[in-house]
Amino acid sequence: MSRLKKLRLFGRTRDLELQIDDFLDKLSESTVMFRLGVRTYLKEGSNGEFEQKLMAVNTLESEADNLRRSIEKELYTHTLIPDARGDVLGLIETLDHVMNLFEGVLWSISIETPDIPNEFKSGYRKLTNMVALAAEALVLAARSFFHSPHAVGEYNHKVIIYEKEADKISTQLKREIFDSDLELARKIHLRNFVEQIDNVADWAEDVADRLAIYAIKRTV
Amino acid sequence: MDPSILIFLSSGLFLGWALGANDAANVFGTAVGTRMIRWGTAAIICSIFVVLGAVVSGAGSSHTLGKLGAITALPGAFMTALAAAISVYLMTKAGLAVSTSQAIVGGIVGWNMFTGQPTDTKILTTIVTTWFLCPVLSAVIAVILYKALRVYLRHAELHLVRTDAYLRFGLLIAGAFGAYALGANNIANVVGVFIPATPFPDVHFGGFIFTASHQLFLAGGLAIAFGVMTYSKRVMMTVGGGLGRISPIAAFIAVISHSIVLFAFASRGLEAWLLSMGLPTIPLVPVSSSQAVVGAIVGIAILQGASGIRWRVLGNIVMGWIATPILAGIICFFGLYFLQNVFDQTVF
Repeated sequence: MSRLKKLRLFGRTRDLELQIDDFLDKLSESTVMFRLGVRTYLKEGSNGEFEQKLMAVNTLESEADNLRRSIEKELYTHTLIPDARGDVLGLIETLDHVMNLFEGVLWSISIETPDIPNEFKSGYRKLTNMVALAAEALVLAARSFFHSPHAVGEYNHKVIIYEKEADKISTQLKREIFDSDLELARKIHLRNFVEQIDNVADWAEDVADRLAIYAIKRTV
Repeated sequence: MDPSILIFLSSGLFLGWALGANDAANVFGTAVGTRMIRWGTAAIICSIFVVLGAVVSGAGSSHTLGKLGAITALPGAFMTALAAAISVYLMTKAGLAVSTSQAIVGGIVGWNMFTGQPTDTKILTTIVTTWFLCPVLSAVIAVILYKALRVYLRHAELHLVRTDAYLRFGLLIAGAFGAYALGANNIANVVGVFIPATPFPDVHFGGFIFTASHQLFLAGGLAIAFGVMTYSKRVMMTVGGGLGRISPIAAFIAVISHSIVLFAFASRGLEAWLLSMGLPTIPLVPVSSSQAVVGAIVGIAILQGASGIRWRVLGNIVMGWIATPILAGIICFFGLYFLQNVFDQTVF
């Protein structure tokens, strides 16, 4: 009887591990789709391929939402990791928001179809790349929180570097936009997208800061 | 059976109940307090293994107490156990750390003094030395195990969720071992003084003899289990929260170290093995479960930089070491006087 219970206990553990890994996979995949989506739009405008990437991020986001709910339920109904479940929950929820931001950017592009002059496209591309790098480093930091918390700092450091670079690129891009001869309304429209994309890197940095504390708590 | 036997045994059983209520928290308190294990599960496992430990391995430390003072009359044994129980109660009321082991030894020495029996100073010295050794040994074991576990966890790179599941299982096993060790080591405090004056006959069934001492161990074990079932919940919750924030890993190490120490001071098997290897043996002496746990936690705290140690609590423990046996000895001495002269009972 107790043997059976033990086996089931570790079975549940495996399920939960897989769910957390799966959730992080979704985030990683949505980072790739986000990057490809923005690049496609910059190159070809809002076409079928762009819409496909948007739908991919959309689907990944709702799958991740389901996983998040299931992980939360599992943690609380079976009082697992009582000392760290608050942190795990906070982490999963803030990571989930990264996907919401990706989705938000792509939806805005799809609805507003901003007319981006060619001279600014490379700036947008660089910014998107940097944001995607920050998000990918964040996924690695989150994975290492679960397996080897002492290594979190290494990845967090990268998130912070990419966020700083993204800030520099976005400031430069906004300056160029407002120095141009475009109408004010277009300038503001274009700036809005710069900020929306850059915002993902800012958020990734906030999550990395929290993650650093969670990791310290685990290594003490 | 003469009903007066039950009355005389009652003080020992009461001491057993108090031990169960208090010391089960040393074994499962942190696990229950940190919500790693449910109280119900903890109480059932604790009760079963306490009784097993008492019946299977209780003889070693009881034998040592018997050498300190062989109380030959049941009323004398009653008063010795009662003196210990009263001191435990008074010390707990005063908020001082208390150990049933120290109380019962004080009681026995009180009985020796009243009856004019010589106290074997060699055995007394061994016992007192052991009391100091117990928390120190527990601390040393905790430090070694904690370091080893930390290195292992760092290299194993287990998933957080898996570490948690293993730890939960580990706490359960460590708790069962702890309860067994507690029963084996501390049963001597509860019924040890009754052994020379035991009122029970040996029972034979098949080729198996259930000796009088084993019957006493069973009764004492059940009294401890009763204490666990009826009163340990609150103490466990307090221990879980009262020690400040202690990580489940530190809790696991504390319980394991405590259990190893209690087992080492109770196991005749270990003694025989050490002898066969030509190594010095560990005296079989009832030690304090609380002090073993506190020793382990202090050990881990020192490893982490000693900032978490509350020296006042340590001071309390040292005070308890000195005050408990003296108090129990005095109460026993005067109690025996009353029992003999007012109630007209034979106390030796």
